[in-house]
Amino acid sequence: MKVSLTVNGKPMSGEVEGRTLLSTFLRETLSLTGTHIGCDTSQCGACTVHVDGKQVKSCTIFAADVAGAQVTTIEGMANADGTLGRVQQAFQDHHGLQCGFCTPGMVMASAALLAVNPKPTEAEVRHHLEGNICRCTGYHNIVKAVMAASGQDVSMAAE
Amino acid sequence: MQNFDFVKPASVAEAVAALGAPGAQALSGGQTLIASMKQNLAAPSVLVSLTGIAALKGVSVAGGVMTVGAATTHAEVAKAAAGVFPGLATLAGGIGDPAVRNRGTIGGSVANNDPAACYPSAVLACGATVVTNRREIAADDFFQGMFTTALEEGEIIVAVRFPIPERAAYAKFEQPASRFSLTGVFVAKYGAKVRVAVTGASNDGVFRWSEGEAALSANYDASAVKGLKVSPDGMIADLHGTPAYRANLVAVMTARAVAAS
Amino acid sequence: MPKDFEAKTSGIGAPMKRREDIRFLTGRGVYTDDLKIAGQTYAVFVRSQVAHGRIKAINTEAAAAMPGVLAIFTGEDFKDVGGNPAGWLIKSRNGEPMREPKRPVLAHGKVRHVGDAYAAIVAETYEQGRAAAQQLADDTDIEELPAIIDMKAAAADASNRVHDEIPDNLCYDWGWIEDNRAKVEEVFAKAPHVTTLELVNNRLVPNAMEPRASIGEYFPGTGDYKLTTTSQNPHLTRLLVAAFVLGIPENKLTVVAPDVGGGFGSKIYHYGEEALVLAAAKKLGRPVRWTAERSESFLSDAHGRDHVTKIELACEKDGTFLAFRTETYANVGAYLSNFATVTPTFLHGTLMAGPYKVPHVYVNVKTVFTNTAPVDAYRGAGRPEATFSLERVVDQMCRELGLDPFEVRRKNFITPDMFPYTTPVGLAYDTGNYQATLDKVIEIADVAGFEARRQASAKKGKLRGLGLSTWIEACGIAPSHLVGILGARVGLYDAATVRVNATGNISIMVGAHSHGQGHETVFAQIAAEKLGVPESSIEIVHGDTSKIPFGMGSYGSRSLAVCGVAMTKAIDKIVAKGKKIAAHMLEASEADITFEAGKFQVAGTDKAKTFGEIAFSAYVPHNYPLETLEPGLEETAFYDPANFTYPAGAYLCEAEVDPDTGKVTIEAFHCADDFGNVMNPMIVEGQVHGGVGQGIGQALLESTTYDETGQLLTGSYMDYAMPRASDVPFYNVDYSCQTPCTHNPLGVKGCGEAGAIGSPPAVVNAVIDALHRGGITHVKHIDMPVSPQRVWAAIQG
Repeated sequence: MKVSLTVNGKPMSGEVEGRTLLSTFLRETLSLTGTHIGCDTSQCGACTVHVDGKQVKSCTIFAADVAGAQVTTIEGMANADGTLGRVQQAFQDHHGLQCGFCTPGMVMASAALLAVNPKPTEAEVRHHLEGNICRCTGYHNIVKAVMAASGQDVSMAAE
Repeated sequence: MQNFDFVKPASVAEAVAALGAPGAQALSGGQTLIASMKQNLAAPSVLVSLTGIAALKGVSVAGGVMTVGAATTHAEVAKAAAGVFPGLATLAGGIGDPAVRNRGTIGGSVANNDPAACYPSAVLACGATVVTNRREIAADDFFQGMFTTALEEGEIIVAVRFPIPERAAYAKFEQPASRFSLTGVFVAKYGAKVRVAVTGASNDGVFRWSEGEAALSANYDASAVKGLKVSPDGMIADLHGTPAYRANLVAVMTARAVAAS
Repeated sequence: MPKDFEAKTSGIGAPMKRREDIRFLTGRGVYTDDLKIAGQTYAVFVRSQVAHGRIKAINTEAAAAMPGVLAIFTGEDFKDVGGNPAGWLIKSRNGEPMREPKRPVLAHGKVRHVGDAYAAIVAETYEQGRAAAQQLADDTDIEELPAIIDMKAAAADASNRVHDEIPDNLCYDWGWIEDNRAKVEEVFAKAPHVTTLELVNNRLVPNAMEPRASIGEYFPGTGDYKLTTTSQNPHLTRLLVAAFVLGIPENKLTVVAPDVGGGFGSKIYHYGEEALVLAAAKKLGRPVRWTAERSESFLSDAHGRDHVTKIELACEKDGTFLAFRTETYANVGAYLSNFATVTPTFLHGTLMAGPYKVPHVYVNVKTVFTNTAPVDAYRGAGRPEATFSLERVVDQMCRELGLDPFEVRRKNFITPDMFPYTTPVGLAYDTGNYQATLDKVIEIADVAGFEARRQASAKKGKLRGLGLSTWIEACGIAPSHLVGILGARVGLYDAATVRVNATGNISIMVGAHSHGQGHETVFAQIAAEKLGVPESSIEIVHGDTSKIPFGMGSYGSRSLAVCGVAMTKAIDKIVAKGKKIAAHMLEASEADITFEAGKFQVAGTDKAKTFGEIAFSAYVPHNYPLETLEPGLEETAFYDPANFTYPAGAYLCEAEVDPDTGKVTIEAFHCADDFGNVMNPMIVEGQVHGGVGQGIGQALLESTTYDETGQLLTGSYMDYAMPRASDVPFYNVDYSCQTPCTHNPLGVKGCGEAGAIGSPPAVVNAVIDALHRGGITHVKHIDMPVSPQRVWAAIQG
């Protein structure tokens, strides 16, 4: 069947099977490989994207089920002029990534948090990132980056 | 994953009709079902998405009762219940993670009756009513052991009706890996009567802790359950907790729920 | 970050932002699975469901007839090619060489662990391959044999064998140093006090977030092969595939490790899947790709740790150490992964003196085959196991004798005046100052304020404890001459090529591989400072054997200490060559040319040429004296260090225990490390954070559990507890105590493994301390992971 949706502001469509996951559709049909697959039990969050403004795990949602939706992926998070968006820039400034594999999911989850909670506490950030696993950073600089992206002072994150 | 026909009806009637096809299965938020399908533990030939049915969505409050549409997501419940039924809001806001809460639904959770799921404890503790396309089922009759409910073939949950308790809270001790409840306790107080439902702990799925209910009905205070010993018989034994450990958590988490209510 | 670091904006020591982040943050990184290659096909592996079994028959007929199936491979297809070798020969105490069973591309004859691949399907689509794999599994007859899981039972039972030719399932029984054994026994017999602890160092699954993936290609026109794979060391993989397994000439095989999503050791090794996709690509004439499902990773990636250890400490009543003695059973799993034999021996036993001036040490390690996934080096590799044993037994001794754990460590430290210091387990520490890092951690952790914090916790019904660990490791792996004596079958140098292009920009090809460490930024910082050019004019190239010199990749905290030094040596050659060119251009004597801040100058004059002018001249050599001056400006250096490097530090963990549930919360974690000179403090901090995060994971959460039939019970994130953001605090990291490495010109020591080495004992010590301070004094030890139910059960007694 044919599925049409809007991805990063552009109308996109492609043929899918019933079983085609949104993550597969993004990576293979649309070649948007910034969305990563790190597990097969819906736990790691590397595949996190926004559907109609809400963060979801694209590996646990069928492409056919989001026909007509607005999807945003990591490829759609930069500013219009191509510079890093606010959350992306904070991740670079605060070394919130190492191998980069979990990073797209972390950025998408963090952006979703800041959209509803512009000044989260440290505990709120940590709680919000419950579904995103990172093996490199020990989370320190990720949490710091999210708080910095919200405009808060991060000097309390001792180093 | 085996392939299937995907249908997305717009009404309950169409959904029920679609579920009449051989090998058809309902898909709500899919946060459990899709993972099962990846492992070939479920292999429907037709998948009927309920997420396009407007009648199944939303939260309403009237006459001291909160009615939650079956396809309402955990995130929506957490938001809608925050002022009127904070115990339920806390529970819904603590399920899985934000992405799961944006897709997972109360209907899916209650219908699946995973022994470690959070929602069944609230439904049972509140003596809620599960409304289906055919009938209304009292919570005490609905849950029939892990992954087993009173639902029949072709019957789908339309809504869950919660009488809003005077005081209530949910206290969950998380399984360290999955973050499902290793033992979660929902306490609901209606006048002098207190109901306590426990999830995650028992081989029989969600259950009411009658000893705790009696103690709290007599004295609604965390101290009332502090010394109570819970029998480990019938408790789940797995990597993350022995029956004795879970039995201990029943009393500990009940006390914490009371304190938080 | 210390102020003097913060102030720098470029060059060595500056906290420069990482250039690689731009592509990772915009979804434009290119990991192996992101590549799409015209004509690609999909490999799906058929893996054993039983831990131990004899393959009676594999009937491929039905699977072969399924839609989309292009080829089926079984162990039979590879029985005549080589095995995947062990990289290190260890000898037993009796002088016999270790037992080395063949590790085939696909299991042949027997399957030896759940997840052991015995066949592979190649199909047009992944789903078709998976369906056929299921069919083939159904059509395979495997006679199940009793599983060998428990190490001690395996070594005691000669009747049940993982490998039929190895009667006691023992790879080796290693003594270090065997000649010291008698003396150590004598010391123990006379010691005023002996403390004994039995410890399990829990088995871990590395869980790099990018699952392993490989793409094989074959180009019939030239006979060339290409393997794109998730590797920490593409040249090592090329050597193993070419020379040992498939027999492809090395010069006909290119191995590319593009962006790699974490490794932590698990991507050092060559795996059978890599050989399969290459062989299949040749057979089919089409690219063959494979990406592990996470559940496959759990079953087939090399795991880490898995030691059972008895450690004894002999001491005076005042806590002066007299001797350490250990007996360890180490699990290698079903087959020898490439570094499996060295990890529990030379990466473990040689560290068993710690930072202490203990006169006598004896280490015994029995390494055992079991029907479990192979076990190999995982972040720290052997050194975390040594540190855990030492730091736990020291704390226990202090408790038994009523001594202060801070003072006992201080009393036993090797002092700064004693370097170079040769330990009784064979290492020569070049430099260090263990007192300084201990003092520093006490300062930054506000130990003085602990009691007030403990009382505040007590008011909430919580028990608070303080746990110390003073760690040392040997890294910057490693001097080839030394590892050669100890049994290594490879050298452990590294290499870099500096290519100055005609327009003055620079490509530096390095043997190290970055899979998260940030080499593209840090190596450029160093080169920029040495050459006096901006970082932006330098490109760091890594991960492609067709571009880079033969280097050994990244593991063992070696990238800077070995490859970074190779790069500076190549830069030295560039400068020397530049001086020659400048001398020619400026009509001066080479000896009179100075090089500073990117300018070649005739000393004492204003005659000078910029770096760019020299570069251009090197490629436009219109009037070169060709008999004495070669055109071009490109130099390669190989560097083999004289010694390991020895980072060390002191870690303090403050933990709170909830006695009702047993849950442990890390309230604070303080690190005072000595990494020698620091090239980019931001990255150093990030490495420590990550290591400590993994150490806390090992200490509190991560358990790899096989049941008695060999089924992996923790085979997904539903049961394997990965640390999440809410499980850890902000870490307090200090690296201001610096004793630069004395034998490499950068003075660097290595920081990648530190956090994972020093943190687990600090966490466990803090938990035990919390219980004791809370009056629960019957608990001597709790095995990792110190999970809620274990703590609760220990409290119950």
